[in-house]
Amino acid sequence: MDLSSQLLQLLFSGLTLGSIYSLIALALVATYNITGVLNLAQGEFVALGALLAASIYAAGLPLAAAFLVSVALIAALGALIERSVIYPARESSALTLIIITVGLSISLRGLALLVWGTEPVSLPAFSSGGPLLLGGAFVNPQTLWILGMAAATTSGLYIFFELTYTGKAVRACVINRTAALLIGINPGTISLLAFAGSGAIGAAAGIFITPVTLATYDMGFMLGVKGFVAAAIGGMHNIRGAVLGGFILGILEVYSAGLISSGLKDAVALIVLLAALMLRPEGLLAISGRKV
Amino acid sequence: MLEIKCLEVCHGWVQALRGLSFQVVRGEMLAVLGLNGAGKSTLLGALAGLYKIKKGDILLDGESLSGKPPHQIVKLGISLVPERREIFNSLTVIDNLLLGAYHRYRYKKNEVIIDVVKIMDLFPALRGKENHPAGTLSGGLQQMLAIGRGLMARPRLLLLDEPSVGLAPLVTREIMTTLAELKKTGVTIILVEQNTAAALKVADRALVMERGGIVMSGKPRDMMENSRVQQACLGRTRAVQPAAAL
Ligand SMILES: Nc1ncnc2c1ncn2[C@@H]1O[C@H](COP(=O)(O)OP(=O)(O)OP(=O)(O)O)[C@@H](O)[C@H]1O
Ligand SMILES: [Mg+2]
Repeated sequence: MDLSSQLLQLLFSGLTLGSIYSLIALALVATYNITGVLNLAQGEFVALGALLAASIYAAGLPLAAAFLVSVALIAALGALIERSVIYPARESSALTLIIITVGLSISLRGLALLVWGTEPVSLPAFSSGGPLLLGGAFVNPQTLWILGMAAATTSGLYIFFELTYTGKAVRACVINRTAALLIGINPGTISLLAFAGSGAIGAAAGIFITPVTLATYDMGFMLGVKGFVAAAIGGMHNIRGAVLGGFILGILEVYSAGLISSGLKDAVALIVLLAALMLRPEGLLAISGRKV
Repeated sequence: MLEIKCLEVCHGWVQALRGLSFQVVRGEMLAVLGLNGAGKSTLLGALAGLYKIKKGDILLDGESLSGKPPHQIVKLGISLVPERREIFNSLTVIDNLLLGAYHRYRYKKNEVIIDVVKIMDLFPALRGKENHPAGTLSGGLQQMLAIGRGLMARPRLLLLDEPSVGLAPLVTREIMTTLAELKKTGVTIILVEQNTAAALKVADRALVMERGGIVMSGKPRDMMENSRVQQACLGRTRAVQPAAAL
């Protein structure tokens, strides 16, 4: 395989990984701006969604049904967590809230360990057939599913935020929480929506990557960290920035692992985070001054 | 329509309101004057439900607002146009106005759209900018938009926090004229201002606040003539003493 097709191959992997980071970052940023909570348990939604779907599928339901049921249940879990843990503590300091989400993350991971054990579980690829040859690079069809799902989720959210009244109300909360309170938006409702949405997006991402990466009880931790790095690259206040940050991180990781050394993969995230915080602490897209 | 009884509000350790009492009559425009840090914004914030009431009570047509969150207070008919306008910068002018009617948009969409047209009639300067992002408007237009957004909630009581800050005298006059027009439609208004002259010109009655309490109240005419008291309590004009107090 020549260099250019190898680069193309890596680009596909990078985009795939990047789209997953983007989705996690997007959920983190939306929740953070709406509720003031940096939800470090976001990665656990990804893991639980994947594990749950694998169990449902193993129980005999079709793949599509396993997907829908798992996404719905994790959305409900997100809502339940918001009502039972986050909402009662909403007046606490940002630090307290972060510690709460760290605690949540550890508990959810412990729960996953109890239920699913340490063995990885799997789901079949969404479509059968071997790798496709695209422009000299071999592409796993599941990669296309992942890219398609990320594109559909991002465009769905775009439509929600740009074209619907409720979406604009959510943006209003992100832009200016005090003003949102003053026009009569109940922040509790929007917060509930944010956590349920984060659960659904996380679960969907987890289920789509499981045929490629398998699912383990502890897969959420690293994904959550990567999602946070992507969000920080984007500046934490900007959903477009978070999506861009996810793709940048995914592509950088894959290229450095593929071209330099595979040991670099996780270090890259931290290097990128440091660089981003030093060079553009306000985020890549901050100049535009546009939020969401 | 509004009765404030021995109201006390704290920000952490700072007691911002120290047992404030006064009443507002339906249909009047009350000016609240005072230097920086006197507690004017805290008073309006407490009326809108942003701050916890430590002691005392606020009654709107006999109903206590104590402990009610902002989104319920908006429904009861109090709308605050906050200090520094706080419009939604990246949303369009129209979206800002539509969101102002958040509590009734879902049930009464047609009524809301008619109200948007009314706001455009009230502030013709906003015409032609409907789809501009609100953050790109001039300060004066942003203030008009902020007031328009506040009115979209159809308040019985409109609270305005320093609408003239940073605006040219001509624009300030335009806004004050509009407020006077609004009053004629029956809206009760509390106008917080440091631009004493502008506020006294349109108000029916005025209060002067100092360190979380009321130190003076009366007819605008008496206040205006009482120049010595004015110097002591209000400083000279806003332009000459930015943040000089405290
Ligand atoms: N969020 C806050 N946290 C702590 N202290 C506050 C807060 N907001 C106001 N204060 C304090 O409460 C007092 C009253 O402030 P307030 O903003 O109500 O005054 P103001 O009359 O509106 O002043 P200005 O003319 O500057 O707007 C001041 O001493 C101020 O420092
Ligand atoms: Mg103030």
